[in-house]
Amino acid sequence: MADAIIPDFGDDEETDRKFVLICSKGNLDMAYPGLVLANAALGEGLETHLFFTFWGFDMITKSRMWDLQFSPVGNTAMHLPGRDTKMPQSLSPMPGMTQMATKMMKKQIADLGIPEVPDFLDQIVAAGGHLWACRMSADMNNLTESDLRDDVDGIINASDFIEMTEGAQILFI
Amino acid sequence: MPTATIAGHEVQINDEGFLTEYDEWSEDIAAELAGNIGVEMTPRHWEVIKWLREDYKEKGETATTRRVQTVGGFPTKEQFQLFPKKPAKKMAYIAGVPKPHGCV
Repeated sequence: MADAIIPDFGDDEETDRKFVLICSKGNLDMAYPGLVLANAALGEGLETHLFFTFWGFDMITKSRMWDLQFSPVGNTAMHLPGRDTKMPQSLSPMPGMTQMATKMMKKQIADLGIPEVPDFLDQIVAAGGHLWACRMSADMNNLTESDLRDDVDGIINASDFIEMTEGAQILFI
Repeated sequence: MPTATIAGHEVQINDEGFLTEYDEWSEDIAAELAGNIGVEMTPRHWEVIKWLREDYKEKGETATTRRVQTVGGFPTKEQFQLFPKKPAKKMAYIAGVPKPHGCV
């Protein structure tokens, strides 16, 4: 008979581990890696920030965030469904291909019980995550805070970002 | 697999201290496990833990925090309040089920 082993959830350790993700892509397939990792980091008790810049802005722009797309163009890892056969690159730019590929990917994601991008960000914010928007991207696109999700903490410039990320682990996606 | 005596019951645990046999769980064990990690059980905590066990029994795998929200109806924010910092692992530990293996 032995004493119970008590798992170490790291509660007693004073950690200043901070996780920052730069989301720079607006393609559906490139939105998810950041969301999944941010969600996992929060679930491990890390202070987590997401910084949206350039095409990643579409993830937090109210009029665009539900409409991210996936295109097989230029993606040589695109296979025919359920097979190892590569989809010929010449077919990728065909009309309707992006819509079809987007629909298929959205279904695969939904089948796993993984939320759509805006719902995923709701969950990340509920778990304590912070969302930041890039000043230059906002200015380039003539977007203001009213165009963005209401829970975006702010539009910040490059210096603010450098200041904010002191000591953080940064991942650029 | 090591065994341990928790709340007077001899149970099997893994090397992290999680119960490995679903049927060896009981409420007094859960209360002691919660105490081990600094969680004080309230009626709301019990609701989550019992739902998690029911869902595991039905599905054969531990619900992720996403599923605890969408299917169980316990909002993400509340999960973090009830089981601070690492809700998924803490809920699983107290409920006597494995850590969730899904990513989201």
